[in-house]
Amino acid sequence: MVAGVDKLPVGAHYGLRDWLSQRVTAIVITLYTALVLGIVLWHGGVDYATWKAIFAGNAFRIATFLFMASLLWHAWVGVRNILMDYAKPFGVRLVLEIVVICALVAYAGWTVQILWGNG
Amino acid sequence: MAAVDRPVAKPRPIYLNLFAIRQPLPAIVSILHRISGALMFVVGIPLLLWFVQRALASPDAYAAAVAPLVTPFGKLVLLVLAWSYLYHLLAGLRHLALDLHIGIRLGPARSSAAVVLLLSVLLALIVAVRLW
Repeated sequence: MVAGVDKLPVGAHYGLRDWLSQRVTAIVITLYTALVLGIVLWHGGVDYATWKAIFAGNAFRIATFLFMASLLWHAWVGVRNILMDYAKPFGVRLVLEIVVICALVAYAGWTVQILWGNG
Repeated sequence: MAAVDRPVAKPRPIYLNLFAIRQPLPAIVSILHRISGALMFVVGIPLLLWFVQRALASPDAYAAAVAPLVTPFGKLVLLVLAWSYLYHLLAGLRHLALDLHIGIRLGPARSSAAVVLLLSVLLALIVAVRLW
């Protein structure tokens, strides 16, 4: 602690981190969208065979995982901000936040299953 | 200063009926950013995961997953989600520009809000034309 500074500003100190992560994840999501759009246009549309071939590449799977991780994190920051503004009673907000976290973690597991599971 | 010395404040009207206040354009863009984001969280993400999983499972499952996309209801859902995504992306880019202190004065901020709204509608129209 710096000498002479005897009080900490209040707050949970996640404001700047969330501000930055919301922007970094947004850029990852945008880049992945451009990648998928480019791949689809390059193939001139998709059918089952091309769709399957696109997802067969390990680099694309890892890019997709990075995209989904960014998307879920981005969704958490956004939805939590909405809940902080509109779900005022503490108990209600806590329950809703737990529901959202459970959903996001489940979606992450579902993503892994799609990318590296056996169908 | 004792409380009794203070001038008696007249009760001021509190008038916060959101539907009676004329919202400025940037406020409308802001609330739509939220609504489109919430929509994609509640409907978009589970639907996306379900679709990708089914479409990768087998040729038959692919056909079954794509089939709803040609029904009017399927097209409508896709259009709403496409607009949500495009709108959220454009409003996000506007946010990044504001972070870089680009267009933070009132005039440009209003104009960019209008651009975000109009461009998202235009892009959604292109999606609609391609769907129907």
